[in-house]
This record gives sequence, C-alpha cells and structure tokens, in this order.
Amino acid sequence: MKNAIDSIKMEVYRRRTYFKYRNNWQRIHLDPFLLFSLLLLIGAGLTVLYSAANQNISLVLAQVARLGLAFVILLFFAQISPPRLKAWSPWLYVIGILLLVAVLIIGEIGKGAQRWLELGLFRFQPSEIMKLAVPLFLAWYLSDKPLPPTPKTLLVCGAIILVPTLLVAKQPDLGTALVLVIAGGSVLIFAGLSWRLILGCLILIGASTPILWHFLHDYQRQRVLTFLDPERDPLGNGYHIIQSKIAIGSGGIFGKGWLHGTQSHLDFLPEHTTDFIFAVNGEEFGLLGCIIVLIIYFVIFARIMLIAKDAQDTFSRLIASSVALIFFMSLFINIGMVIGILPVVGLPLPLFSYGGTSMVTLMAMFGIVMSIHTCRKLVPT
Amino acid sequence: MIDRSEKYLYTWRFIFLSSILFLVGAGLVWRMLDLTVIDRAFLKQQGDARTIRTMVLPAYRGMITDRNGEPLAVSTPVDSIWINPQDFDVQDQDIPQLAKLLNLPVNSIKALAKEQKKGFIYLKRGVEPALANQIKELDISGVYLQHEFHRYYPEGEVASHLIGFTNIDDKGQEGIELAYNDWLQGSPGKKRVIQDRMGHIVEEVAKLQDPRPGQNIVLSIDRRIQYIAHRELKKAIEQHHAASGSIVVLDTVTGEVLGMVNYPTYDPNVRHQARTENYRNRAVTDVFEPGSVMKAFSIATALESGKYSPNTVVDTRPGSMMVGDNEVRDVHPVGVVDLTGVLKHSSNVGTAKVILSLPKTDLVNFLHRLGFGNLTGSDFPGESPGVLQTNVTWGPFVQATLAFGYSISATPLQLARAYTVFATGGKLLPVSLLKVNAPVQGVPVLKPKAAKQMLTMLEAVMESGGSGAAGQMEGYRAAGKTGTARVATRGGYDPHRHIASFIGLAPVTRPRLIVAIVIVDPKKSYYSAQVAAPIFSQVMNDSLRILEVPPDNVALVEKQKEV
Repeated sequence: MKNAIDSIKMEVYRRRTYFKYRNNWQRIHLDPFLLFSLLLLIGAGLTVLYSAANQNISLVLAQVARLGLAFVILLFFAQISPPRLKAWSPWLYVIGILLLVAVLIIGEIGKGAQRWLELGLFRFQPSEIMKLAVPLFLAWYLSDKPLPPTPKTLLVCGAIILVPTLLVAKQPDLGTALVLVIAGGSVLIFAGLSWRLILGCLILIGASTPILWHFLHDYQRQRVLTFLDPERDPLGNGYHIIQSKIAIGSGGIFGKGWLHGTQSHLDFLPEHTTDFIFAVNGEEFGLLGCIIVLIIYFVIFARIMLIAKDAQDTFSRLIASSVALIFFMSLFINIGMVIGILPVVGLPLPLFSYGGTSMVTLMAMFGIVMSIHTCRKLVPT
Repeated sequence: MIDRSEKYLYTWRFIFLSSILFLVGAGLVWRMLDLTVIDRAFLKQQGDARTIRTMVLPAYRGMITDRNGEPLAVSTPVDSIWINPQDFDVQDQDIPQLAKLLNLPVNSIKALAKEQKKGFIYLKRGVEPALANQIKELDISGVYLQHEFHRYYPEGEVASHLIGFTNIDDKGQEGIELAYNDWLQGSPGKKRVIQDRMGHIVEEVAKLQDPRPGQNIVLSIDRRIQYIAHRELKKAIEQHHAASGSIVVLDTVTGEVLGMVNYPTYDPNVRHQARTENYRNRAVTDVFEPGSVMKAFSIATALESGKYSPNTVVDTRPGSMMVGDNEVRDVHPVGVVDLTGVLKHSSNVGTAKVILSLPKTDLVNFLHRLGFGNLTGSDFPGESPGVLQTNVTWGPFVQATLAFGYSISATPLQLARAYTVFATGGKLLPVSLLKVNAPVQGVPVLKPKAAKQMLTMLEAVMESGGSGAAGQMEGYRAAGKTGTARVATRGGYDPHRHIASFIGLAPVTRPRLIVAIVIVDPKKSYYSAQVAAPIFSQVMNDSLRILEVPPDNVALVEKQKEV
C-alpha cells in the first residue's frame, strides 16, 4: 500500500519536474537563492582559511578541490526526488549501522579515536552517513504514522536515534553523537512531539547528567571541567579556550585586518584552520566580521526553513527542517565552543573549517533540500 | 488530519522554534560583544603578552689599552645557548648533534627538560658565532641563542692584577674592569619584537633604545715595561723561592704608573684554575713594614731641618745603642761616618741618632706629607692606605724605629710615589693608572736643595761598597735604597721571614723612572742587596732603553767611543 502511493507520487513529481519548469535553475534542480548564499559563505570561509593557513595556497586549493567534489555530491542529491530518497532511507540507515560496527572492529585510529574506515583512496567516517541516515530513516518511519506520534511510535524513534548515537559515542566522538541526537530530535519536534514530552526529555537529560558523567571518557570529563573553569589548566585543557577568547577579544569591533592576526599566525591558537577557524575570523575581522558571517548563516538557515514550510509532503518537510536544525546546531556548537560558552567538542564550523568529511555530508543535505525545493507545492498552503 | 497537523506544525511550532533559535543566535552575538568590547582591553593585553617581547641588546664593552693603544682587554661577539624547558622537545632527533657541537653529554641536556618550572636555563655560554650558527640551523624546539660579548685579555697573566676581569655577565669584578665598570660597560639597548609560540622572532616592531657602546680606557701602563717587570719578577721569585712579590714602575715626570706587576699571578682568560688569593693586586692592596728603604726619608728630614748636611759626622759606635729599655743595633757596625755614610751603609744606629736629635714631629709630619697613611689617589679598588700613626704620644723608641722603617706600613705603590720627591726636586707627584696628557703639578714637600743632596747621597748607596751596589747599571747612573725587613706577625717579628725591597730612580742626571721592588719571604738569601737590587738593574735598564732615554753614565759613553 505504502509503496503504491509512493510510486504514484513519484510519477507526479516526474511529470511536473519535466513539464513545469519555471526557469533554468529548476531544470538542474537548484535553488539559486540557497546556492548563492552557500557560495558567499564558502567565499568568506576560503578567505579566512587562507589567512589561518599562514597564506599556504596549496592548503586552500585542497579545500577548493574538496568543495568541488562536495558540489558534485550536492548536484547528485538534488536530482533524487524525495519519494526515491524515502525509498532509500531504510537501506542507508542499515548500511550506516553496519559500517559503524565495522569501524569499531577494524577502524583506523586517528587523534586517539577510532572513527575512520580506510577505503584505499580515501578515509571516511561512517558516522557522517548517520547524520544523513538518522533523520531520513526517522522521517520515513514517521511519514505514515499519525502525527503527533503515539508513545509506542516514540519508543521506536528513540531506539532509532539511540543505537547509532551510542555506537558513535563509543568511538569516541562526542560531537557527532550530539549532532545525531539533535538530528533525530529535530525530526521528532517537527513531527509534533508534545511539549510535555519535550520538557520531560529535557528534564530526563538534566537528571541523567551525573550518570552520563560516569560513562564519559576521562578526556571528555576534562573538557567539561575546563569549560566550567578554563583557568584551572591554562597550559593543558584550558589552553584552547583561553587562546581563542584572546583571539576574538583582541580583534575588537573592526579586527586587526586580514592576515594580521597574531594569535593564529604566531601559532598560539590551536586548530586554527579547523575547529577554531571562527576565532581567526574574529581576530582579523572583528565583531563586525563575526556578525556578517552569522547573518549569512542565518539567511541559509531561514531559507531552508522556508523550503521546509513549502515542502510537498510530511517526509520532505521533516527532512528539510531537520537539515536546517542540524546546520544551525553545528554552527551554534562550534561558535559557542570558540567563544567559550560551550565546552570544547571537536565539531567543525560548517563550510568554514578545513577538512572534507563533514562538508560532503552537509552538501548532500543541501542537495536533498534543493530537491525538496524543486518538488515543492505549487500553491503554498 | 494531515492538514490539521501541518497547520499545527507551521504556526506555533515554527514560531516558537524560530524564536528560540533567534535567542540562541542573539546569545552568540551578545557573548561576542562581551569579548570584543567589554573584555577587549584585557584580552588584547593578554594577546600582546604572548607575542610582544622586549629584548635586551647587549652593549659592546669598551676596550682597555695601554698608553700606546695596545689592547689589554677586548670584547668579541659570542652567542650563548639557552633552553626553555617548557618548549624543549626532548624527542628531537638533532639533540645528539647538539650535544656533540657543545661537547656536553646527551643525557644532561635531556635532563634539563624536566625543570618544568623554569623558563630559562643556560646550556652553554660564550659560544663562537660559527658554532652558534650551526646550532641555530638544527632548529630544535626550545633551544635559543642570545648574543653576548666575551672579554678577552691578550696579555694574559702579565697585566691581570691591574686590569682585573669581568664575570660571565660582562660586569667588572676586579681591577680596572671593576673600578671603571660604568665607563666601560655602556648601556644596553632595547628592542620590541613579536615572537611566535616557539620563541622565534617573527618581526622586529621597534627599536626602543640603541645600545650605547661602552667607552675605551687608555691606561698609563706601557705593555713592554709591564712585560719586562713581569719577566724579571717571575724569574727572581722562582730563583729565590719567594712567597710573593711586586714591582711598580713610575714615570717621575707625570706620576703615571708605567708598570705594575705581582707574583703569583693568574691568567684572566682561564680563571677556573686560578686561586682567588692570587687575584690581589698586591702592589696596592698589601701593606708591609718597609724597613731600610724608609731611611731615605729620615735622612731627608735631617737635611730639611738645616741641622745636618751630607757631610755631618755621625758616630755610630759601637754599632748599638739603648733607646729607653730597648736596644737598636746594626748588623754590620760602621763606626764613625758622615750622613752619606749612614745612608750608604744603612746604619740603624746612625739613622736613629739623627732622628732622635730632631724635634719629635719632624719625621712623622714629613712622612704624612709624603702620603703615607693615605690613599694614593690611584682609585684602584681595594687599595690600602697603610698605617701611619700621627696623633699618638710617641716614645723615643717608636720614633727611632720609625726612622729605619718600622712602626709604619705602606704599599709598594706608596713607597714608589714617595720617592718621586727625590726625582722632582722636592715635589710629590700624584700617581695615575690612566694615561696623563697634561703636565702634572707636584706638591712641594721637601726643599729643592735637600732633594738634590738626597739624590747624590742615594747615588752613593749604589756605588761599590754601598748597600745597593748590585743595582748598578752600565749605561745609566742610578740612585736608590735597599731595604730588608722582618715580616711582622702577631706578637712580634718572625725571625725567619723577611721582606727584601729596593726603590731606585734613574738616570740621576735627569730622573725619568722610579722602580720599586718588593720580594716577600725569599728563602735562599734575604738581603735586599742580593735579592731585590739585581732585579732593579734589569728592569730599570731595559725600561729606560725602551723609552729611548739617552745613557748618562759618562764612563760608559767614553768607553764606547774608544771602541
């Protein structure tokens, strides 16, 4: 039954996409507004990266190459219509879980964690697939359930989120595990989880903190303690936070100017091309530069939310809003860490930080969003 | 149902969530505002504290030269290697190479990394620039260079007591280096630099202050005379197995010290094996009871009084006399002699008789005028003023002993200086360790006539039969006085230890130099005539030739003509 309806829907989408293009962008399934916002952000990111990498152009070019690949992936996912994606969702989830188990058994160890799978040409993190698979699978599962979900449905949803989250946390990769919870949770919230339950969950999380503490790795505990008081270990765990706060604060309102940051160029700021690149932005372009970057992020976020609003069906809407929330939360967690209001978790700044894996996932998500946009309702509700 | 839920979703839920996210975003901005505006000053200062350093630029220490511009102490640029244990990378593969270059054990270098509380430890100081460059090229994390200057003393042990030395931080510790440290050292400069986390200097922001190089000092010393004095003193002390000795060579025209040596000595370039007692410049820091060399001043006092002339007859028989309860004796009785004879044969009895016949204060006042008991004005650190008691009630015996050089203590420099009165016609010259360019005004302390008579009488001392005959030279006429004194110890005089001294000037016709020699505790023979007088002849003769002083010994000049 479910499949029959979906195949009819698929046919409808196909016809419409072929015969009712409104412009050339539609022909290639892209949303120009979202695309240009992304390009603007990426341009800003590369500018900052060039400075953060001590004007090492080859590093910037490597990033550009990755971006090129990521755009191909975006384009690819943009061509997949939502019903087809929906049909793939369970498989993606199952494959993702299998890969996560594989990582725990035969994964490469890098920077003290077992996160990588060696695939000959390149390494990749299966946990990234789960960022995509968890919301997709949840949306697939919820799409034909009555909304708001029943308690029984919620229990299943909880299991769908928890299994990959625990596997990722075991690696250990606290940041990505957090993103998975947010990705799944955002789907649930948009699916109409009752406020009472949301509140209940928050209280439960708060109450379980001491128990969670027990399960944390020592370095994770150190990070939380250091977050609460960076000065307790200024040369060790507090070093990152102190240096990045100095970078941003010393930049002032207008910044020290491009290529003139001392904290990053003189090697005081650690991870200045990856997780802490926002501090470089703050040091060189000041508060003003930070706010401009934030505004671009907000524009992208708002655009995705609008696309979600106009989405054709529940599945698409859930996916689009989940992407928006994942995007926002990664941004919030990274910047919050850099400016010292959140503990240090190893999460990159979306589309800014040097490095490939998370960018590829993100672009795939944007591709899906663009596909949803292409197949949106013609008459807004 | 779907429609209802959609409405439900995108009215309240959307608005609510959006506003929460907006608040979160506002929270981020608020925090950034907090950092960039309110905490800015503090954070900026913290950032600068990490990168901006003020570096000291060492100043070049001035050179010390002799009167002819020959270098006696020079500074050469070197590098010191230091490490910051907190940045030090023990795993660096170049550490064995570093150890090899510095000639230090690998383990001791690695052990320094454990001193985590320190930020600065010297690995090796005063490394040659070429070697330092090799170390710099190893580029080991936490190992740094520091430019410095190393002091080098070309004359080594020959002038070490006078010049002194600097410590590893280029501060004067002894001698001229200490006395004129402020003049020599200049003032270090400062520059502001930006450093990266590893301490590499990335950029020089500003030169706050240029280093002001120290200024040079030209000493009165003549390197050649210094060397002659050193050579002769060393030879004599080894020959006589003496404990120590000093020689002072004074210019009788300017009062400059042309040579000042002591033995035992040390090499200031390799100080680690030197004994600190040998650092002393004994010629100005050590006092002794001079003995017979002081008789010249007693006889001069007699001439000055007008009651005596060189020909006044003095009866010293029987070679001893009682002064109160004490006996004054001559070792070799000289019988009835004139005043010249008293000096020539160095008669204790004769000198004592003469002085006891004069008003009590005559001699002591004269000695005071000659500078005994006071610093010479050489400004040498640690100089001793000696002891001359002027305001005590003298008994006749003390007065008698003062006449032949006891009950008083003086430094070799003081004695040499006091003898200038016989060379200048009665004027006492100021002494100087620095080169003097202007003519020097002496202080008249003796009548010119008495001074002239004294010069003749002192020349007689050195004629054959006189006590200083061994100091005679072939080319120059010399005048001088021997002295053999017992070493004063606690509770009396040591019968086995003596101090042989000789002070003389030449050429007599136109005095140019005074040479004072003090040999402490010679073991083989203790008479000055045998120990000190021959040194005088060597040092004086060679020095006068170096200064190209024409010979005034007529007999010799004629002899040369005949040849």
